[in-house]
Amino acid sequence: MTPPLLDVDDLKVSFSTRNGTVDALHGVSFSIGAGETLGIVGESGSGKSVTSLAIMRLLDRAGRIASGRVTFRGRDITRIGAGELRGLRGAAMSMIFQNPRAALNPIRTVEDQIADVLRAHRKIGMAEAKAQGLELLRAVRIRDAERRRYAYPGELSGGMCQRVMIAMAIACEPALLIADEPTTGLDVTTQKIVMDLLSGITAERDMAMILITHDLGLAARYCGQIAVMERGLVVERGATEALFQSARHPYTRRLIAASPTRHSRLEDLADGAPRPVVAAPQRPAGTGLLLDLRNVVKTFAGGVKAVDDVSFSIAPGGALGLVGESGSGKTTLSRMICRLIDIDAGDIIFLGESISRVPAREFHQSPLRRDIQIVFQDPNDSLNPRFTTFDSIAHPLRRLEGLRNGGILDSRVNEAASRAGLPADLLERFPHQLSGGQKARVGIARAIAPRPKLLVLDEPTAALDVSIQAVILQLLDRLRREDDIALLFVSHDLNVVRMLCDDIVVLRQGRVVEAGPARAVFEHPRDDYTRALLDAIPHFEPRAATPELRAAAFPAYDVQGFK
Amino acid sequence: MSATTRHAVFVLRGNPVTALAATGMTLVVLVAVLSPWLAPYNPITSDVSHALQPPSAEHWAGTDQLGRDILSRILVATRLDLSIAVSAVGLSFVTGAVVGGFCGYRGGRLDRWVGRIVDVLMAFPLFVLAMALVAAMGNRVENIVIATAIINLPFYTRFARAEVNVRRDAGWVEAARACGEGHLSVVLRFLLPNVLPAMAVQISLNLGWAILNAAGLSFIGLGVQAPTPEWGIMVAEGARFITTGKWWLVGFPGLALMLTVLCFNLLGDGLRDILDPRMRT
Repeated sequence: MTPPLLDVDDLKVSFSTRNGTVDALHGVSFSIGAGETLGIVGESGSGKSVTSLAIMRLLDRAGRIASGRVTFRGRDITRIGAGELRGLRGAAMSMIFQNPRAALNPIRTVEDQIADVLRAHRKIGMAEAKAQGLELLRAVRIRDAERRRYAYPGELSGGMCQRVMIAMAIACEPALLIADEPTTGLDVTTQKIVMDLLSGITAERDMAMILITHDLGLAARYCGQIAVMERGLVVERGATEALFQSARHPYTRRLIAASPTRHSRLEDLADGAPRPVVAAPQRPAGTGLLLDLRNVVKTFAGGVKAVDDVSFSIAPGGALGLVGESGSGKTTLSRMICRLIDIDAGDIIFLGESISRVPAREFHQSPLRRDIQIVFQDPNDSLNPRFTTFDSIAHPLRRLEGLRNGGILDSRVNEAASRAGLPADLLERFPHQLSGGQKARVGIARAIAPRPKLLVLDEPTAALDVSIQAVILQLLDRLRREDDIALLFVSHDLNVVRMLCDDIVVLRQGRVVEAGPARAVFEHPRDDYTRALLDAIPHFEPRAATPELRAAAFPAYDVQGFK
Repeated sequence: MSATTRHAVFVLRGNPVTALAATGMTLVVLVAVLSPWLAPYNPITSDVSHALQPPSAEHWAGTDQLGRDILSRILVATRLDLSIAVSAVGLSFVTGAVVGGFCGYRGGRLDRWVGRIVDVLMAFPLFVLAMALVAAMGNRVENIVIATAIINLPFYTRFARAEVNVRRDAGWVEAARACGEGHLSVVLRFLLPNVLPAMAVQISLNLGWAILNAAGLSFIGLGVQAPTPEWGIMVAEGARFITTGKWWLVGFPGLALMLTVLCFNLLGDGLRDILDPRMRT
């Protein structure tokens, strides 16, 4: 039997911190053979990124490989010197990072950066390196490569940058490619294109690939083997199909349950406390709309129409999903509805009153301010670093209801925190002392504290792990039913929107391309763009994970998808 | 013990240089407050019979050309020098932070205009500008403060502008507006406090520099006038005697000046660590 290409044996990594040494990996073992694909899945803090950095010996100063072996082609790379390591990195094994924009040097052209990689490992001249670089850019399907090679990273889209990163990673034909969340931050359709490209190229060149991801659907679709990590340990590993069909470890099962499939309902995602069934409040017939957008237009400097003639409405207590990719104008639209920015034309009617006539600059004095609240996308960025949790939640109550410190304020803050599922002992903490999921809850608690009638949610789960996403979605659904808060859910993920919302509006380049009841849009999309969005979602289908089925369900990607 | 104090103690323990600088600073401030009671002699009364005496048990730092006790003069001068520096830096910090903060938040024409004015200010040799301002406005302590504040202003304005600019689109800024804050209070009560830790380093370095600036102005005869005890004047007057070997006239006030400035400079980084809530874990 031939030895595997890479064999990780009982790898332990520790970090020295202010509070002593912390073990990040407690003995991780797995192996991967030449040409194989391995998906390492797990949630944040599971140690999957640390594993990849340890294999590449790229751990930062505080991190240290405490024990264990990483054998690559028969050599233990935890023990080799810096010179030999340089020869390996980029040439025999290379890595693709999470944020392609940050991983490319912004002040050098794409061509120069690819040539650098080639010339670092091969004795070739600049002209030849550039010629090979052009070939590589063609290989990663960058259209118009002859012109694009002179581009700087800032002139390329995120998906384009990631293709350049892939070109650099495969430049020296490495035997092993490590992709650490290569599509996080990219749109779903771009994600599909990049992942298809990556798996096509590695298969074609017989490279082994380790795909590190939090997305089970992505791992199931593109990997032959899966290793599930939790808190610095590989808890389960095996062939994709077998593992997902008969998972043994409870953590794997929980992950699988939390990953939305094409048919899952909200209550399937996590087994929280049984949801009390609350009947929707009866409304007298002829109750007016809560929010009504009429032909709203927003033009930015330079004449770009970010939002172009958009109309839709939400009934009291309703839930509407606004779906689109980056640049579709969904964020601009959500800010206009929250009256944080002004509209250029059209009208926004809230409870029968035109709120777009009040300038955004003065809207904070409007009595309707407390009725429209917003939850922001990135929980890490949406809390004032100098406010404790208590202050963050108390802020709208102090400002909008004029509450002073005292019993009433305390009880209102506690009520909002407990509605959002936030333990009381977190109230004295600062944002940096909270986890991502906890910060998301603080953001929700702050938004519901003044008891709004409309809650605008701007991708509230995009930065969260699937298990936390499941809980947050259930929480939002409960708030809607029990507190009668209408939801405007802004997201790129049609599948999540489908579970939470009654109606869906699909936006593309500032225009509404399709609108209707969630079920109808999801099951019978009429517009091509909606269909492309639906196709691109890596649905987690444990039963469809057999190779034949996979090939049938996801035919070789069509080149049309390239821009 | 409050969380802030505990954190300050932690930072100081892990960082002996900051602890040393903080101790030095505390001493300087104590001297400034208590100098009238600490000074062994009257700093103004001359006693020509004891002129130009080297350091001795009676006069620890010697006496000057008019027989005044140098140690007493140094101690009494601390208050004046420190208050000039603190008020000048305070003035430019508050003005610069507010102006820069609004420019960074608003952007647009206001930002461009203020930016150009700041550029023009920075194009002058700063000390010469301060000289010109004091000469034009008159030789008074208030005018030294104003001149020092004006030449410091560009740094604070730019710094605050840049720091506010990167934060103005953060989620928590929009959240504050959704919670009912207007633009004015977003800048003053949300953005500027978050910029403060980064500016603390600048303030501390700047205090040292402001003391040097005030002393420099007095040294060339602008600003504080004899016989008021002030470090710059003492160095200026003493400089005439250094060729005859009477080093203590220049040496001791110079040393006081240097040590004070050094303390301010060393304090900067530690101060940022103490003020930033994210450093507390």
